Amino acid sequence: MTKYEIQSVLKGDGSDWDHNREPHLKDDQLRAIYATMVRVRMLNERGMNLQRQGRIGFYIGSEGQEAVHVASAAALEPTDWWFPHYRDPGVALLRGATIEQMVHQLYGNAKDMTKGRQMPNHFSFKDQSFFSISSPLTVRVPQAAGAAYAMKYKRTKQIAVSSFGDGSSSEGDFHVGLNFAGVWKAPVVFLLNNNQYAISVPSSMQTASETYAQKAEAYGFEGVRVDGNDPLAIYAAMKMAADKARAGKGPTLIECYTFRMGPHSSSDDPKRYVNPNDLTFWGAKDPILRMRNYLVKKGVWNDALEKELVERTKDEIQKAIEAAEATPAPELRELVTDVYAEVPWHLEAELQELKESVE
Amino acid sequence: MPTMTLIQAVTDALRSEMREDKDVVVFGEDVGKNGGVFRATDGLQAEFGEERVFDTPLAEGGIIGTAIGMALYGLKPVPEIQFQDFIFPAFDQIVSEAAKIRYRSGGQYTVPMTIRTPYGGGIRGGHYHSQSGEAYFTHTPGLKVVIPSTPYDAKGLLISSIRDPDPTVFMEPKRVYRAIKEEVPEGSYTVPLGKARLAREGQDLSIITYGAMVHVALEAAKQAEQEGISVEVVDLRTLLPYDGDAILKSVKKTGRAMTVYEAPKISGFGGEINAFIAENAIEYLQAPLYRVAGFDTPFPYTLEHDYMPTTDRILHFIRKSKAY
Repeated sequence: MTKYEIQSVLKGDGSDWDHNREPHLKDDQLRAIYATMVRVRMLNERGMNLQRQGRIGFYIGSEGQEAVHVASAAALEPTDWWFPHYRDPGVALLRGATIEQMVHQLYGNAKDMTKGRQMPNHFSFKDQSFFSISSPLTVRVPQAAGAAYAMKYKRTKQIAVSSFGDGSSSEGDFHVGLNFAGVWKAPVVFLLNNNQYAISVPSSMQTASETYAQKAEAYGFEGVRVDGNDPLAIYAAMKMAADKARAGKGPTLIECYTFRMGPHSSSDDPKRYVNPNDLTFWGAKDPILRMRNYLVKKGVWNDALEKELVERTKDEIQKAIEAAEATPAPELRELVTDVYAEVPWHLEAELQELKESVE
Repeated sequence: MPTMTLIQAVTDALRSEMREDKDVVVFGEDVGKNGGVFRATDGLQAEFGEERVFDTPLAEGGIIGTAIGMALYGLKPVPEIQFQDFIFPAFDQIVSEAAKIRYRSGGQYTVPMTIRTPYGGGIRGGHYHSQSGEAYFTHTPGLKVVIPSTPYDAKGLLISSIRDPDPTVFMEPKRVYRAIKEEVPEGSYTVPLGKARLAREGQDLSIITYGAMVHVALEAAKQAEQEGISVEVVDLRTLLPYDGDAILKSVKKTGRAMTVYEAPKISGFGGEINAFIAENAIEYLQAPLYRVAGFDTPFPYTLEHDYMPTTDRILHFIRKSKAY
C-alpha cells in the first residue's frame, strides 16, 4: 500500500470486508456505533423539516458523514476531550447526551444548556467532554493542541481530538495548531472531515496538495487517509492514533475521505454547484447502509432490532420536540449572565434600563 | 520592603503566583531561556523548569489559541505577546473565542487566562512597537482589560488577573517599565480589579486616565498648581469593567473633566468615559468634556512626541476648561 492510499475495511455495500484489517469490536460496541449513526441521521432529517416549517431558525446536518465522528468517538475514552465540528452530534449522543437536550438547544429555550445564546447545532456538553462549538471550526485546532499540552502537563492520560473540514486546512489556525502540536509532541488527534466541499468551494480550489493527510508530514508527524464512509476503517485509524497519543508519541492527522450528501446548512442550495452523479455515486456508499449490511452479515443486527431502533428514536425525537415547544424562552436575566463569572455593575445597569423601557 | 521598577514588579508577581499555584504556566516568544525581550520573565525558567516557562513557535494566534485550550483544561496560562502591536494575529482567538466561551457554553466552560503585553509609545518604536490598542479589547464583552501605572499596582493587579476566572488582557506601559521605583511587598498580594486609584487629589478639574499617561497627567497637574488650578487625577487601573463610581465621585466634586489617552482620539477609550460622565453627571459640569489623545494617524516615528499627549497639551486643555 502506498503512503497515502485510502485505508478501508468494508468492501462495496458492506456485505464483504477485509478480514485481516477488521478491528475487533464487541457486538454491543458495533451496535452502539450503528445505532448512533441512525439516531444522528433521523435527528438530522427531522431538524431540517423543523427548519423548513419555520419552527426552528436553522439546521446544519451530517448526512453521509455520520461514520467519521461516531466511529472515531467509539475508539476513544469517553473522557477524552472532543473539540467539535458542527457536524458531530453523534459524539455527544454516543457518550450519553440525550436527543431531548439537543432539541432544547435547537429551540434555544430555557432548558437549552447553552441558554439560547447560539444558533441551532452549536452544542456544548461538558459532562460528555464535548467542547462548545463556534461557527468557525479551525479556531479549535490550536485550542485542542493547548488542551493536549495541559493533559500532558497534568499527566492525566487523556487526549484531545479536534474535528474540522477540508476548508479548515486553508486557515492559519490549521498550520499554527499542527505546528505547535508537532513541536510539543502533544497527545492530540486531528480529524479532517474531507467532504469535498467548503459550502460551495470544492477541494480542488482549497489546496494544491494531492491529499490532506500528507500535510502532517511537514509538521513532523504521521498523516493517514481513510475511507470516511467505512466506520471500521475509521475506528481502526482513530484507535491507532489515540493509542499513539496516549503513549506520548505525539499527534496524528486523519483525513476521512467522504461526501456531504446534504446542503452545507438549511440556508444553502447545493443544486447550484453539486454534480448529481456524485450524489448517486456516494449514495451507494452510504455509511449507514454499509454498516447495517456488515452487522446483518455478522449476525448482530436484524429487522426486528432495526424496527425497534427506528420506532424508539422517532418517538424520542417527537417527545423532545413537544417538550421543547412547551418550554418558554430563557429568562431575560440570562442576557447578562455568563459574560463574566459575576455580573458587573454596567450590565446590571443596562438590564435595568431595558426593564424600565418595557414597563 | 524592597523597591522595584514596574518590570521587576511584573516578574515578581509571576514568580509569587508560580510558587503558590502549579497550574500557572508562562510562555511566548523569547520568554524561556532569554527571559523575555524586556526581561519580564527573567530567571523564571531556571526556577520553574521548561514545562512551566517556555518558548513557543513564532505565532501569536497559536500562543493564544493554545493558551485557551490550557485554560479550558484547568491551567492558568499567562501567555506573553511580545509587543501589543503583534497581538492582531491572535485577535480572532481573543475576541471570538476567549471572550465568548463562558457565554456561548451557558457557563459550562471558562477561560482563566491572562495575556500580558507591553503597549504604548515614546520609546522610538515606530508603527509596530508603540501602539495603544486597548479600545479593541474594551469593545469586547467577556474580556477584562487591565492597565497598571505603578510597580505596586502592576504586581497586585497582575496577581488578581491571574486568579480571576475570566480572560484578562493585561497591558503593561513599557515606556515606564524602568522609569519609576517604589516599595513593593514581597510575596503575593492583590489589588482588586474594577477599582480606580485616586493618584492625586484636587478641587477644580478631574483628569481620568490610565497607564503611562498617568505620569504625564500628574506632571501637568503639578504645573497647573503653580497657576492656582487644583487638578485631581484618577488612575482607572481597570478599563473593563471600569470604576464608574470613582469617576462620578471625582467629577461631581470638581465639575470639570477630561480624559487623557495615547491611542488615536476617535473611538478611543476616553470617549467612552466622557460619554459616561455626560450621561450621568452633566448637571455638575461647568465646562465641556475634553479628550487629550493621540492623533488619528498611524503611530509616527520621528514626531512621536508630537503625536502623544504631553504636559503642555494637557495644560492647554486644563486652562481652557478652567477659563470656560
